[in-house]
Amino acid sequence: MNHENWSKLARIMSKRSLWMIHFCTGCGAMEMPPVMTSRYDMERFGMHAMATPRQADVFLVTGYLAVKTLKRVVQVYEQMRDPKYVIGFGSCTINGGMYWDSYNTIKDLSKYIPVDVYIAGCMPRPEAIMDSFLKLFDMIDKGEAIGWQKYHKYYDQYKRNQRMAFSYRLDEVKDIKEDDKE
Amino acid sequence: MVNYIDLTIQILVAMGVTALGFAIGMLFNGIARKITARIHNRVGPPIYQGYIDVLKLFTKKTNISHGWIFDFAALFSVAGIALTFLFLPVAGVTLLSGEGDIFLILYLLAIPALGFALGAGASGNPNAAVGIMRALMTMLAYELPLVMVIIAMMVYYDTTSLAVIVQKQANMQWAIFIPVFFIGALVADMALQGMLMEKPFDIPIAPHEIASGPMVEFGGKHLGALMLYKMMGIVVETTLFVDLFLGGGVVLSVSQFGWLAYLVNFIVWFLLILFVFFIALLINAVFPRFRIEQALKFYWKYDAIVGILILIWIFVGVTI
Repeated sequence: MNHENWSKLARIMSKRSLWMIHFCTGCGAMEMPPVMTSRYDMERFGMHAMATPRQADVFLVTGYLAVKTLKRVVQVYEQMRDPKYVIGFGSCTINGGMYWDSYNTIKDLSKYIPVDVYIAGCMPRPEAIMDSFLKLFDMIDKGEAIGWQKYHKYYDQYKRNQRMAFSYRLDEVKDIKEDDKE
Repeated sequence: MVNYIDLTIQILVAMGVTALGFAIGMLFNGIARKITARIHNRVGPPIYQGYIDVLKLFTKKTNISHGWIFDFAALFSVAGIALTFLFLPVAGVTLLSGEGDIFLILYLLAIPALGFALGAGASGNPNAAVGIMRALMTMLAYELPLVMVIIAMMVYYDTTSLAVIVQKQANMQWAIFIPVFFIGALVADMALQGMLMEKPFDIPIAPHEIASGPMVEFGGKHLGALMLYKMMGIVVETTLFVDLFLGGGVVLSVSQFGWLAYLVNFIVWFLLILFVFFIALLINAVFPRFRIEQALKFYWKYDAIVGILILIWIFVGVTI
């Protein structure tokens, strides 16, 4: 079996068994239960909520991200194993949403980690979440969900953006220097 | 002079049986999720979801490792559980056996759990440490009643070989039809619930408390191996129960019916382990989780006392 066929098989498997970790930063915790439980039942597609980033394939970032939370988001994303996919959930991850002029939230999530699918709305309905999952399946099938490869390729740019975001707050600067030493 | 052809055939058969055990384990994972989903009034995943999950985990890339013990531990668990499966009589057929294989099986059952503990310890995650402490504690708790019942059976059947116990239960003279061992089966079924790590004894892997406990740092291929271990564990533990109390699924004697007997026995064995697992699933679906000291209290205060009473009953009955 050549490499292309093998990666196609891997994509088919990965599509049918996406394990999810959701990072509920405040919003979105209300919209997830209907999706997981009997109303919309995402386990039909083999999706499952996992407890740790190591086991997860899909990273669901819900709602606004303060600079402090972004640091945790990046940490969680880097702990996940390839291939991994990110869904940005709600307007806040697209353009800051209602926090667009806030002093300590980030505006565009895709500057810091690669995002495969966005869900617009404040808040998006559970139907929209299911729709985004189906869209993600479709993208994985066609080999378009390559955010994790982008993160490897443009690692420097993503890291630079992350550092710029962190250094807006003076108390975070110290931690970054410690990170550099490692 | 070793007969190499026979040896090769034996090795191939052992490999085939192990692969079959893994396949049945993965099927059981899918069935379990489907049944739980139906109890929750959901549609649930397809029945072959277990195969997809394991294949997906093995196609994932490994970004991180925590040293060679961490890599080795998952293999250790899988190898341990496969070896245990080969020692068990499956539908009356035992590939590896000898005198006193019940003791061996009881020891072998601890090996995969120790492998699990090794890997969790190597990962250095505090959640894993808590989880493995709970796992070993639960093992300590459920082994006491289980061993009491098994010793009672060994005294009653006057053997230390599981294969002989299965043989003596032929022609539907199952141990569960003897009143004392019916109670014994209930005791062992509670111990089985702990062995299978189903609720209310899923204390070691409590996803909402300690982030799936020992498995917290495992991902990708490591987690794939651990899932194989867990799925095979279902088959091994239910087979042990079926061998002890339900005659190991032997309904037709091989000498009388030939290859047909193998086929029918195998199907009966499959249905019986499915039935035992189904009961565990029903208990799992409706109960919340015990705390560790509640589990210990349950096993040692009620389960073990009943086990000891059965043991005394059997001793008195045999000697008088």
